Amino acid sequence: MKRFAYDFERPLVELETKLEELKRLESAGKEDIAVQISYLEKQIQKLRERTYSNLTAWQKVQIARHPDRPRTSDYIEAIFTDFIELHGDRVFRDDVSIIGGFARLENVKVMVVGHRKGRNTKESIARNFGMPHPEGYRKAVRLMRIANKFKLPLITFIDTPGAYPGIGAEERGQAIAIAQSLMEISVLEVPVIVANIGEGGSGGALAIGFGDRIIMLENSYYSVITPEGCVSILWDGEGSVEEATEVLGLTSDKLLEMGIVDCVVREPLGGAHYAPSLAARELKKELVKALEDLSKVSTKDLVEQRYSRLRHIGYYTKARESETLSGKFQNI
Amino acid sequence: MPIGEWFKKENKRAPADQTLTKRAIPDGVWEKCLGCNEPIFIKELERNLMVCSKCDYHFPLSAYERIYHLADPNSFEELWEDLCSEDPLCFIGKKAYMDSLVEAKNKTGLNDAVICGRAGIGGRKVAIGVMDFRFIGGSMGSVVGEKITRMVELATDEKLPIITVSSSGGARMQEGMISLMQMAKTSTAVARHSKSGLPYISVLSHPTSGGVTASFSTLADIIIAEPKAFIGFAGPRVIEQTIKQKLPKDFQTAEFNLTHGMVDMIVNRLDMKRTIMRLLDYLEPSGVVE
Ligand SMILES: [Zn+2]
Repeated sequence: MKRFAYDFERPLVELETKLEELKRLESAGKEDIAVQISYLEKQIQKLRERTYSNLTAWQKVQIARHPDRPRTSDYIEAIFTDFIELHGDRVFRDDVSIIGGFARLENVKVMVVGHRKGRNTKESIARNFGMPHPEGYRKAVRLMRIANKFKLPLITFIDTPGAYPGIGAEERGQAIAIAQSLMEISVLEVPVIVANIGEGGSGGALAIGFGDRIIMLENSYYSVITPEGCVSILWDGEGSVEEATEVLGLTSDKLLEMGIVDCVVREPLGGAHYAPSLAARELKKELVKALEDLSKVSTKDLVEQRYSRLRHIGYYTKARESETLSGKFQNI
Repeated sequence: MPIGEWFKKENKRAPADQTLTKRAIPDGVWEKCLGCNEPIFIKELERNLMVCSKCDYHFPLSAYERIYHLADPNSFEELWEDLCSEDPLCFIGKKAYMDSLVEAKNKTGLNDAVICGRAGIGGRKVAIGVMDFRFIGGSMGSVVGEKITRMVELATDEKLPIITVSSSGGARMQEGMISLMQMAKTSTAVARHSKSGLPYISVLSHPTSGGVTASFSTLADIIIAEPKAFIGFAGPRVIEQTIKQKLPKDFQTAEFNLTHGMVDMIVNRLDMKRTIMRLLDYLEPSGVVE
């Protein structure tokens, strides 16, 4: 089977395909090629390190979008037990771009909500590529209220290119659904932990993407706009997507440095899809740690601290005296 | 006093080619209506709050013009007017963000895309925030987010109603995630104001979209739209590219939003102040909810 590969991964994938071929020959007992195999394995290891050690922002975005990348449902399966999925917004329909329900993290009962992408083309189409409609956010809000009522910490998984831009979405109030979700999170009297596992696309991600702790997988991204959208608007379509990605400052390390997120979980070399269970294990450690930390905080402090975290995000300065309009409009 | 002169006198920094000034002292005495193509006398247009008396077309307004129309005379007290955006990402697109900022400042005489303060409306004290689309498309970055948040906090502290008038293309891309987070910040501030039992009336003017419709501006108790204003989440171009079909004729207009239940009413600019006054009367704070 031909494996999916981005341009920068192609030489590596070629070697890996060759290795698979040799292993097949060996297991068929055709030839004694153990030496060749071990040599190739070493080559592959070296090339893999070279390929993935210093990824550009754009390469990271590509990995975040990799079709084999583990999805929210994979993490739910790997990290939690006793998951009970809940459906529907009680208004219009069940949006399958959002998954949510009860689950246990170790022994703590929690509410899980996340964007849901498919694992193959058919599933991806069915789940609208993880782009929710308003009813998806309204389902999320409904589950948040249950979490609040029954004092279940909320854990969200972020993986969306953005909220769906379509006719029905606008008719049913995409913007308002997102705004109401933001408002709902802000008043939740339970810990809110966010795990960005892939694509953090704009308002559609933010709607369930802020809280008391924001964790990012190493190769996930979180951005005000997709790199492609940014090129088309700020470069009139004439810039390169690589350049736009770099300047948007959307990688996990950059956002950690800027204080927007709290923690970056390292991924297996090459991305979480190379060793999904390892990636899940690392993420689980951080989730458990965050939950332990936050469970020590009183409800009131939790809500206050959540606001004060946001309150400190912003870069501004006072205009120089000569430039200000200060006082000019005091008496309109 | 015509609005242009009023503005010119007050704002020493406003450059000579200021759109507002140009409008008040034009080459001719009339302007072509963008709605019906008919000539309209500028004086008449100004008396009519920049609404065409023939076709009801609502000309775009600067933030100060709006405040002038809504606030009682001598009641507006501007706050935090000296806050300026920084360039946290050292953003250079086709144009450097710093250059866009300087250009916008020179064009508008403003420091950023929102004007906030206290004002009286029909004798009632309110906190008010009015956006100016001319400043980088009314986009919300750190300064807009911070000023809106401070204004909402002030209203919560002083138990004042909030009035906002929005016109915005959404979050300001040049400040990256910092801009996106302003959506959460302003929404949280509004949640706290609302929990205190205080009223918020939001006016959506042409155009309001993206991160501003998806945050504070639609979290009001009452949402008012100006006639024919574009109001939506995604831009029509993005939607067309995604769904690969033509959009319905009145898609994402104020009227479309009213039909689909997203706004409470469409109000002509000439009736705006009176409508807000009548609403505020019904929204008398019921006392602080603890
Ligand atoms: Zn007209």
